[in-house]
Amino acid sequence: MQTLLVASRKGLFVVRGQGALWDISAHHFAGDPVSQVMVDPRNGHWYAALRLGHFGVKLRKSADQGAHWTELNAPAFPVKPQDGPMAEDSTPWNVEMIWCLAAGSAGQANTLWAGCMPAGLFKSEDAGQSWALNRALWENPKRLDWLGGGNDFPGMHSVLVDPRNPDHITVAVSCGGVWQTTDGGCSWLLSADGMKADYMPPESAHDPNAQDPHRMVQCAAQPDVLWLQHHCGLYRSTNAGQHWQGIAAPAPSGFGFAVACDPLDPLRAWFVPAQADTHRYAVDGKMVVNRTDDGGVSFKTFTRGLPQAHAYHLVYRHCLELAPDRNTLAMSSTTGGLWISPDAGEQWHGVSRDLPPVAALTWVA
Amino acid sequence: MVTVEFAASLRRHVDCAPQNVAVGSLRAALEAAFAAAPELRHYVLDDQGNIRKHVAVFVNKTMVTDRQNLSQRLASGDSVLVIQALTGG
Repeated sequence: MQTLLVASRKGLFVVRGQGALWDISAHHFAGDPVSQVMVDPRNGHWYAALRLGHFGVKLRKSADQGAHWTELNAPAFPVKPQDGPMAEDSTPWNVEMIWCLAAGSAGQANTLWAGCMPAGLFKSEDAGQSWALNRALWENPKRLDWLGGGNDFPGMHSVLVDPRNPDHITVAVSCGGVWQTTDGGCSWLLSADGMKADYMPPESAHDPNAQDPHRMVQCAAQPDVLWLQHHCGLYRSTNAGQHWQGIAAPAPSGFGFAVACDPLDPLRAWFVPAQADTHRYAVDGKMVVNRTDDGGVSFKTFTRGLPQAHAYHLVYRHCLELAPDRNTLAMSSTTGGLWISPDAGEQWHGVSRDLPPVAALTWVA
Repeated sequence: MVTVEFAASLRRHVDCAPQNVAVGSLRAALEAAFAAAPELRHYVLDDQGNIRKHVAVFVNKTMVTDRQNLSQRLASGDSVLVIQALTGG
């Protein structure tokens, strides 16, 4: 029996099952938007980030698989300075959404990271009881040039902690490229060389600070291998993001939001193509999943079990997740579809097409 | 004394009975009420200490329009009501 957590516009669903049989077994925070959910691999605790329309961002934690939830302090910006270089910052210093949550390294049992919108990075050293803004990145002058993409403000959707070095953190910002620190967040380097932003004026297309990564993931066993779904295509890095190699767009599209990768095999990853970029639904209304087994040289396109006519689903950036068994893959959409594949994406079983818009998935190990 | 009351839509998340607090500024009255339910503070005020844009605060029957300073002086017998602001829909 496997357990999947589904963060949706109308609460957090718990889905249990295996093979072709899956059921929704619990519904937490019914009616409340849940923007992200994380299972801490170090202790099994569940974290749910809420985005209440009236009352702001909230963070809840359960140590008993959802039987009880406690409210934690959510990440919050410090008071904005009235003078100095940040005084004219046009981005509001208010956390509008927790977009990603990441556990610290195994040796830092109480460390958590949160990437937010606006694109602040927050760190907790007490398992989410309190949070501190990473000021080195937030107050970097280049941050003021970040763009909001399709949102009002730039957002940080991917935070990767190097399993070899807890001080090596890589983050991706839409739109602000990829940034890395190797000193625990004291200093940051822009790390998006090789990417191209077709939406920018030609002279700025290669500006690493103007890139729009949609999602970035890391091969756990070979952490120098990163995969990235960009607004304008697919990228892979084999040197921890020092350079990004473009991947030729596979059929039917190189546009999309989600990417998942195998934790052991650095050559295997999955993408969900969508029709770029004003349409944002499955190309020609036919849902497919693409998988590469050779580092992006070639792709296999899978359709079995997925709707192939008038399917207007969009799989958002945190909605393609591989289970710990490395074969079970879950996928969900902004129009309430949830599918699970038992065989690494080759065939799919529909769990529901009636869920609220789904923001994020995570498996319970 | 000043009465501070939170609407049911807020108490659904953090329960808090109506509070009788000392006369002072509106901010002081709210902060005094939050002492009874500290988690409520971040539901009503944003990161910068302003009233959230989708929360409405009434003093007696008048909605507070200055969301930032909250320096309005309250008188004994005044009533503060905090509700969710409905906009459209």
